[in-house]
Amino acid sequence: MKEISVFYDAIKDVSKVASKIKAKHKKIIGYLCSYVPEEMIYAAGFVPMRLFSSKSDIVLAEQHLQAYCCSLVRGVLEDSLSGRLDFLDGTVFPHTCDSMQRLSDIWRMNGKYEFFADVVLPAKLNTQSARNYMKDVLRKFKTDLETATGKEITDTDLRKSIKKLNLIRKNLAKIYALQSQKPGIIKGADLYAIVKGSMVMDRDEVADLLPAILTNIEKIDAPPKKGKRIIVSGSICDSPDIHTAIEKAGGIIVGDDLCTGQRWFEGETPIDEDPIHAIATRLIERIICPAKHFSPVLRGENLIALAKKNRADGVIFMMLKFCDPHAFDYPYLKEFLDQEGIKSLAVEMDDQTQNSGQLDTRFETFIHMI
Amino acid sequence: MSDKHAEKRKIKSAKKMRDIMTTYYLDAMTAEQNNKQVAWITSGGPVEPLVAMDIIPIYPENHGAMIGASKMGEDLCIKAEDMGYSSDLCSYARADISCSVVKGGPIGGLPKPDMLVCCNNICGTVLKWYEVQARFYNVPLFILDTPVCHTGYSPEIAKYVQAQIDEYIIFLEKVTKRKFDYDKMARVGKLAYEGQLLWQKVLNTTAHKPSPMSAFDAFFFLALIVTLRGTQVAVDFYKELLEEMEQRIKKGISMVPNEKYRLLWDNLPVWYKLKWLSKKFSDHNACLVADTYTSAWCGAIKYTDENNFLGSIAEAYTRIYLNIGVDQMADQVLDMIKFYGANGLVMHSNRSCKPYSFGQMDIMKIVREKTNIPVLMIEADMVDPRNFSQSQVETRIDAFMEIIKQRSR
Repeated sequence: MKEISVFYDAIKDVSKVASKIKAKHKKIIGYLCSYVPEEMIYAAGFVPMRLFSSKSDIVLAEQHLQAYCCSLVRGVLEDSLSGRLDFLDGTVFPHTCDSMQRLSDIWRMNGKYEFFADVVLPAKLNTQSARNYMKDVLRKFKTDLETATGKEITDTDLRKSIKKLNLIRKNLAKIYALQSQKPGIIKGADLYAIVKGSMVMDRDEVADLLPAILTNIEKIDAPPKKGKRIIVSGSICDSPDIHTAIEKAGGIIVGDDLCTGQRWFEGETPIDEDPIHAIATRLIERIICPAKHFSPVLRGENLIALAKKNRADGVIFMMLKFCDPHAFDYPYLKEFLDQEGIKSLAVEMDDQTQNSGQLDTRFETFIHMI
Repeated sequence: MSDKHAEKRKIKSAKKMRDIMTTYYLDAMTAEQNNKQVAWITSGGPVEPLVAMDIIPIYPENHGAMIGASKMGEDLCIKAEDMGYSSDLCSYARADISCSVVKGGPIGGLPKPDMLVCCNNICGTVLKWYEVQARFYNVPLFILDTPVCHTGYSPEIAKYVQAQIDEYIIFLEKVTKRKFDYDKMARVGKLAYEGQLLWQKVLNTTAHKPSPMSAFDAFFFLALIVTLRGTQVAVDFYKELLEEMEQRIKKGISMVPNEKYRLLWDNLPVWYKLKWLSKKFSDHNACLVADTYTSAWCGAIKYTDENNFLGSIAEAYTRIYLNIGVDQMADQVLDMIKFYGANGLVMHSNRSCKPYSFGQMDIMKIVREKTNIPVLMIEADMVDPRNFSQSQVETRIDAFMEIIKQRSR
């Protein structure tokens, strides 16, 4: 499918994506967390671009962050310091976790890009005061963006932006739903490329490409070979090898609880309300990340619901090494799954190292067992 | 050196402090029999409303320090790992989580909480840790969310945290089924303020050369300003301690026998190696005169209004050392180097504390640029000894002290 190859090209070389965007005289704002209010960045005329580590050797970041900092944070800092992100016009940090919090400081103190903003969103999402604060912070961010561009962001701009991003979210959700209904109609690696590509490419282009992909896969019949239905849970899962390895082992990913997956695109922003209020509502109501609090058991309930809805045979936890919020949740999430009789496997990975054969064996053993 | 000299150097108030802490823990252990409620609270959390409500505050982090100091950390951390918690997680949290289940540790576990109060001004870890305990004990959890002040305290943050202070009071009323006593709060607030001022004064005495006490003593005497802040007991104790320090200065009693070099410590203590580290530096005639850790319990006092305690603590609790930007932290380190006349900076790169440790390398660079003092970074962990290599640390301290000695010539 030629539409999918565009996404493959995009994730293979982000700097080429950036050149394409720049050729259109657009500016790029980078970010590292799915809670970033992309609607506002887009409405201000910027292209929001999620940053991933290029997985290069850590040399310069070694002077700023110790080895017990996660490979995503160190990897992206390395990319920045070594000039691989020089195409960025700015960066936004919405306060994710302790490591991101300090990355934001180090990033700001290095001051490489024109625009910088800390959008310190609340860590708890279950009170009215947190909701009010979220809106206050978003309004402040709007002002910061307006100052940077010298142009007012009107409600009309925001609504247009919300519509565009909702369209992307809706289509990605549809592709996921189709894959869950007819597992195997699209390869896991393709799905990975589409989602990741959607996070880095110009959103106008993404919005144009997704409907064609959807139309194409809607026509495909369910493949006869049935794999075990797998849900992947974790923070980021930035390696196409994982999807391929799971398929090779006889599984198929029918849904995920990843911030580079459904957590990013799940839930649409309401269109008829005050735009800032609407953006805050979506951020509060979307599937929660472990760095945020709603109730002590919400993530467990969400994961069970996700597994049941997709009739999962098993859950694979992809644990990014040194990611505290996810590591704290793992024991109870596993316990919740055990109580429901859903088998799970935890795999610790490092963004820097790619899959060695060991992972294949673990996936195979797990998938044969379920 | 004779025993007489060593005896003279001992801080007399230490015994009293131990007695007070024993009484405190006995009270806490027997809370249920005495119809008192227990709240577990994070070290950076606002304890004063609990004191005003006659609720016994318990600090799992203080307990973590005790576990570390009694060298029981490794065993409890391993138990948590057996429960599925990664060995990369905070060792205070690991030790506390497993201790709740196995009732281990130096005091056989903490008394069961009736409520949990978690303030994330120190880290995001406590949020997850208290969620674990909220599930385990099935008790109400209050979260005071203090957004990080990367570059300053904004009106949005002020409004949000103040609203939560009000919600905190409502939470306490609900859990205790009692009305909040605002008059008592005003008295407790004044005592908390006075206690913090006194603690700051105690810490300031080490600016004297030679220093009457070291950071190792401060790590010990810290316990009261954390756990009994807002009580007369704490105020009285710190008055006595301050008096003793002033006497020591008058009589020329120093903690390190031949203090020649003065060092600043950054990050939490290495609880299971206090004695060894203390001796190690002392053998080099070096005194750790101050640290960025113990001053955290009085560092934000400038934002507190003793006459409007509840109306001012939002800012004081939000702008603590760990909840500000790394550049502002570096400024505070530079101020301390100057105030205490430090010849060197020792940074504990603490695997257990990411918000404290990430950014240290940038602070190190700033200190090297703006002062000419050497900086040493040692890799360790506050409670889990598996991340501490004594021979390696020893070699590095020796080399570091050599440089300091050369520069001081």
